[in-house]
This record gives sequence, C-alpha cells and structure tokens, in this order.
Amino acid sequence: MPIYNLTVNGKSMQVDAEPDTPLLWVLRDELDLVGTKFGCGIGQCGACTVHIDGAATRSCLLQVSSLESAKITTIEGISDDGTHPVQVAWKEHDVPQCGYCQAGQIMTATSFLKNNSTPSESEIRDAMSGNLCRCASYNRIEQAVAAAAKKLS
Amino acid sequence: MKTTVKMTFSRRGFIRTSALASGGLLIGFNFLTACKEEVQPPVDIANLNFNDFNAYIQIADNGYVTIFSPNPEIGQGVKTAMPMLVAEELDVPWDHVFVKQAGLDTDKYRGQVAGGSQSIRQNWAVLRQTGATAKQMLINAAAAKWKINADEVTATGGIITSPSGEKLGYGDVVKEAAALEVPENVVLKEPKDFKIIGKDTLNVDLDNIVTGKPLYGLDYKKEGMTYVSVLRPPAFGMKLKDFSDVDSRAVTGVYDVIQFGDKIAVLGKNTWAAMKGKKALKANWQNDALESTEMHDKILLDLLISKKGEIRREDGDVDKAFAEADQIIERIYESPFLPHNCMEPMNFYADVTEEKIHLAGPIQTPEGTAAQVAKLLEREPEEVVLELTRMGGGFGRRLYGDFVLEAAEISNKAKKPIKLIYSREDDMTAGIFRPAIKYKISASLKDGKITGYKLKEAAINSNMYGLIPHFFPAGAIANLRIESANYQSNITTGAWRAPYTNFLAFAEQSFFDEVAESLNQDAVQLRLDLLDNVVDGADERIQYSASRMKEVIKVAADKGNWGSTSEGVYKGFSAYYSHNTHVAEVAEIRMQNGVPKVSRVTAAVDCGIVVNPTGANNQVVGGVLDGIGHAMYGDFIFIDGKPSSTNFDTYRLIRMHETPKVDVHFIESERAPTGLGEPGLPPAGGAVANAIKAATGKRLTKQPLLKYLTEAETQLKG
Repeated sequence: MPIYNLTVNGKSMQVDAEPDTPLLWVLRDELDLVGTKFGCGIGQCGACTVHIDGAATRSCLLQVSSLESAKITTIEGISDDGTHPVQVAWKEHDVPQCGYCQAGQIMTATSFLKNNSTPSESEIRDAMSGNLCRCASYNRIEQAVAAAAKKLS
Repeated sequence: MKTTVKMTFSRRGFIRTSALASGGLLIGFNFLTACKEEVQPPVDIANLNFNDFNAYIQIADNGYVTIFSPNPEIGQGVKTAMPMLVAEELDVPWDHVFVKQAGLDTDKYRGQVAGGSQSIRQNWAVLRQTGATAKQMLINAAAAKWKINADEVTATGGIITSPSGEKLGYGDVVKEAAALEVPENVVLKEPKDFKIIGKDTLNVDLDNIVTGKPLYGLDYKKEGMTYVSVLRPPAFGMKLKDFSDVDSRAVTGVYDVIQFGDKIAVLGKNTWAAMKGKKALKANWQNDALESTEMHDKILLDLLISKKGEIRREDGDVDKAFAEADQIIERIYESPFLPHNCMEPMNFYADVTEEKIHLAGPIQTPEGTAAQVAKLLEREPEEVVLELTRMGGGFGRRLYGDFVLEAAEISNKAKKPIKLIYSREDDMTAGIFRPAIKYKISASLKDGKITGYKLKEAAINSNMYGLIPHFFPAGAIANLRIESANYQSNITTGAWRAPYTNFLAFAEQSFFDEVAESLNQDAVQLRLDLLDNVVDGADERIQYSASRMKEVIKVAADKGNWGSTSEGVYKGFSAYYSHNTHVAEVAEIRMQNGVPKVSRVTAAVDCGIVVNPTGANNQVVGGVLDGIGHAMYGDFIFIDGKPSSTNFDTYRLIRMHETPKVDVHFIESERAPTGLGEPGLPPAGGAVANAIKAATGKRLTKQPLLKYLTEAETQLKG
C-alpha cells in the first residue's frame, strides 16, 4: 500500500493506506485519533468533522490521497488540555448527553466562530444545522456556541 | 424524613444480603485498595480476603474516593448521578471523587441494565445505604482510635471530628474501618441536609468527551484485532442462497470471508478494508415471506375494526355508556415503524478463546447478553468477561444483543479477536424497530361529560406491557375498556425510548384535545376535571397520582401562559405519566410559509427529588426535542421487506434550526426520585399536534405530522 505524509495537529505523520481510504478511518484505525467519530459515512451527520486548512470538513468523504499538502486538525488538536474557549463553553454548559457527536459539533463551532465572532442566533442555528445530535442536546449546543463567541470576541 | 435502615447481616454477608434486600444492586466497599488508575475492583468474590470484601467504593490513604458506577451509561447520566448518591451519604466532597465504570459482574451487582428509566429509582435507597454504611464504619474506626463512643463522633466532607476537636481523614482510618463489623443500623440524611444531591454536577466524562478521548465502543482497540463488516439479507424475509467472495478477497487488506447463517462476515486489516470487502461480495438471496407497510396497514386496521382483542382493563358498563350517549367521538391514530439511529452505530469487540470469552463495547443489557453469548457458543456464563464502554446513545436499541452475538460467533469461527462495526446502512436496516402501531379511541359524551372510553391497540409483534393499560384515563372515567391485539411479523421490533407510550401518549392526548373541543371546554380544564374523579391509592394498578398530575398540569399551564394569546403563536397542551414520572407540556408553534415551526415548549416535571438538576434538565429537553423530531419527521416504511430509508440523506432527524427552546420546571419534592430518561418524550408529539390544530384547523392523527399535514392540504386543494 502507498505511504502518505500527512500533517495532523501540527505533526508530520506517515500512513500506509489505500488511496481511497477516507481520512476518518486513517485517523481512527491507523493514527489512533479516535475523537473523530463515524456516524453515517455520507457526509450527512457531521460526527466526523475535522478542519482542513482551518475549514470544517467531513472526514468520511475525504480520500487520504488528496491530503498530502493539507493541514489537518482534529478534536485532539484544537488544544492540549481542553482549554480552547469552545471546549470550555461546552463544559460550562454541561452540553453532552451521550456525547458521541460532540467532537464534531465542537469542530464545526470552532471553524464557524473563526469566521464570524459575533454571530446572531439564526446564524448559529444555521451554521450548526449540519451536525446531528440524536440526544437532541441542541439547546445547550446553541448556548455554548453563543457563550464561546463572547469568549473569543 | 429521617430514615434509619436496619442492617441485620454480617460484614462478610453484606454483599449478598444487600443484593437480596434491594432487589437491585450488589454493593460494597473496598477499603484497602487505593484509587489508582490501574486498580480494578476484585473480580472473583469467592477469593476475596477478609478486608477486601466488596467492590463499590475505594478510599485511598489521602482520602480520595473511587466510586464504581455499575449501570451502563447511554447518555442518560447515571455514571454521574449514581455515584452522587453514594458520595452524598458517604459525605465526601464531590471533587475528591473519581468515577469509574464497572464491568459486568453478576456477583457484585444486580440489575446492571439501562432500561425503563429505572437506574436511579431502583437504586436510590441502595446506593445511599452503601455510602451511609461506609461512613458509619469510618466513624466507628475513628471512635475506637480515640477510645470514645461513636455517638460522640461526627463526620462530614471526608473529615471525622471528635468532641474535643481532633480530626482524622477518611483515608487515615480506612484500614481499621475495614476490619470492623458492618453496622446494623445506618441513618440516612434528610433531604434538607443534602450537599451533592440536588446540586448541578457536571457529567463525569465531560473532559474526555470534549477532548476526544477514547470512551465509546467504537474507540475500543486491542492489539491484533481484526475489523469486521457483515453483509446481511437486504430485506426481512430473505435468506442467503449462495454467494461469491472472489472480488471481496481481492480487496487489499481483506483477510478472510466467513459465512455464518444467512450472513457473511468480511475480516480486514482496518474498517475501510472490511467495508470495501463487504461491498465487493456478490450474494444471491431467496425470498421467503416479504412484508410491506401497505399490508400491515390493512391487517392492523382490520384488527382494530373487525376483530376482538384481548381485554387489558375493563371498568363499569362501557356498552351501556355508549348506547346512551348524546354523541360518540371515534378516531384512529397511526404510527410508522421507527429506527433508533444511535449516533454510534452498533459495534462490539469479541475475543473467543478456549480460556474465556472476552467481550467489550456498548450494551444496555450486559448480563442477559453475556448469558446469550454463552448459550450460543455452548459455554458457561462464568467464562464471559464483559467490559462496558460509554455508549453513543441507546434509546432501547442496545437492549438487544444481536450484534454482540454476531461478534462472538465471528470471533469463535475466525479464532481471532475481532471488532464488528455496523455501517449506518447496516444500523438503520438491520434494526430492532419501534413497531408500527394503530390505536382506535372512542368516547361517549352525555350531558357535557365523558361517560365512556374505549381504547384499542393494534401493533406489530407485541402490545403495551406492564401497567400501561392502567395509565390515565384509567380511574378517571367510570366506564372504560382497554383492549389490544397484534400481528406477528418477521420484521424485528422492540423497545424504543418510552416504548408504546411514545405514540400512545400522542393518540390519547390528541384525542382529549378533540373531546374538549367537542364539549366546548378548555383542554387543560378538561384534564383537571377528569383527574378530580381519580382517588389516589384506590386501585393499586393505577400508579399515576392525580394530585401530582394536576400539579404539573397547573405549573405547565401557568409557566407556558396557557390561555393568553399573541399574534401568530398557537399553543397545544399535553400531559402524560410514564416511567413513574408526571409531565405536562405546552407547545407553541408559528406558521412559516405554511409550515409549522415549534418555537417554544414549556414543560413541568414531577420526578420526585431531582438528583442532578443539570443532567435532569438535559434529559427532559432532549426528550422533548426527540419527541417533536420523530413526531414531525420520523418516517420509516417497508416495501417487500426492505426499509424505506438506509441513511440520514433520506431519513430525517431533527436539526438545530428546527428546534424550539425548551423551558423545564421541576416540581420541588422530597419524594424518592423516579424515571427521567424517557418521560419527557411521550407528551411532546401531542402538544405539537394540538398546536397545529389551533393554527391550521387540521387534526392530524398520523405520524409523521409534516407528511400528513401536507397530504391534508393537498386533499383540501384538490
């Protein structure tokens, strides 16, 4: 299998993978970065959201062969110790129920707030609507994104 | 409410006797083991030494405490709330507590199940007794050290104090305490003295969740593990005829292809290889009996209209009430099947060897599932070691261990440690679905009152269970008949969050709204008047309380401004008792381009003492939104045995921009806590449907509401 040189969370990493392997499975199965979750495999649920060059992207649809020049950031990479303002807001609002989708939610929120630090309520609701939460912790996600925006602005 | 609990068993027998007394859990202490990360609770109870006699609480020399949470965590919050109960009575600061998930251990624990919203209710007394007993033993040890009477010693916050002001930490007397007799009586705190119960306590896994640490079944890995994807019959009623695995075996990273029953497992180096290998299989299927929703609809309607059902409750003279009625209202309510759609697809680790069966992953019923695996593989249940992981949702799906059996069977055949992973398509189509159900409800009205009530249920595979036939309006209407019938299908069905009541509540609460309209009465007042007929405690099968129900109805109506109007806002009311908890909800909708948008929900909840307010609020808000989402959008039908949706591109779940704000008001209470994972859900659909009626004049009797609202409009225009 071909070897790919990836930059994940600021580190250079080599993986031996089939070219069509989605980044999601490279992260989870090869690099032991399991914070990025598998939900649907077709880009509909957002559980697998990572940042590619800072932009929130579904890792289940990205082939590893296309990523050699990309800067990949996962949930494990947005802070060393859970102190990113979005993570802090998530903790302050005790957002998760089962918690499975929350890494993807946080990755969408961090990317969104980078581009819009003073979002309106409807901008938050639209920006986050691509991420499913089966426990429906949406009220708290919304509050946490708004609180994180205040922290960041 | 000072509770003295007499304990009449020896220290050695504490484990077994407390299990019997509680009917719930096996509990205990392990005073000698410090709470280091690597320390596991003792596994074999027969080999425990005198001091190492139990496995629930560990206290380190420095006073830090590890509490093992026995029940599976599916997002309902018990991994936080159950240890809170122990810590409260043990009387230690919560920030000195570490919580660890216990694995399956039938010797130490009883009822390690996440189901029916029962974890807190069943274990409320047991967990508090555990903490209180440990505290008393620590006090006794300190008193012995100081050579004074234990009555003179107090303990709080992990510190034991003598009358003269001497102090000892719990960790200082742990070893001595462990050598003492288990006290016969322990005193439980009065609710006013609670320091942890009733205080917002953050989810114990919060840090790990927001930083993406391995927690869930899907994250579980072992050296040498092979990934597995399984091809199953594409429709219920299909069987495997033959297959070719030539192309599958040619996929890079595919190790092996193994048939088991009508299924084919593809083993690979990683998930992607296994999934690709599965797609490359060429299988031929033969039809057995293929069922469709169209056929089910006819059968269920026939059961409702022309067949006799099983009488589940009968009061008074129903036929007479209907014969003498001024008016009869009769409606049929219809629901689709529903998949659970846990965000974490089904998965499990299995390593079957000659020595043991090692299982790990997300399962709501570890004990029952371990027994099933042992039976399948013709092994002893004692050979099964099952580790519980945090679960990416349950909703009832993980009560069924079908995927664990698959994993065990594959590992057994492959002679390898394997990790079975469902794709979303596998998860949605090989489900244990909420059964499609129809209700026929009729009421006889005379002189402005309801004189008789008939409810008949026709369901796929099975019917309302337990005391559901005795829920409201049983006891409130003198002439009442509850009846049920079912049709046995080959489509697998089972519990789905608030089983049966998730749709029954919609039907009933929509019906009472219509009855109120017919009688020209206010919908809230009608419910309060009916509840006036109920005598609490008169019928032991009736476990809802009229007084508690009336209170939540009044609080929801008050906080939800029932009766006041504002431009463009339409309200609907609903109230329902389930899982021992009383809930009332007011839903507000606004119409946007002809589509109803739920803009706010106000809920009042009586679940007794609220153990963890932040967690409790999260459960109710989530339950309400889940109820709205599935009532509005949840559509799942079968055509020739195949489900209509396979993934989230065609199956619609509620998303943030569609959610209302949910305000939750808990009734202050000193009563023992009741269920909370489910009861917020059942009333939601009815509240929304009643609001849609207020807004559009259309009375929707079928779910999903949005689909049938559109149909109703098309018919009107046509």
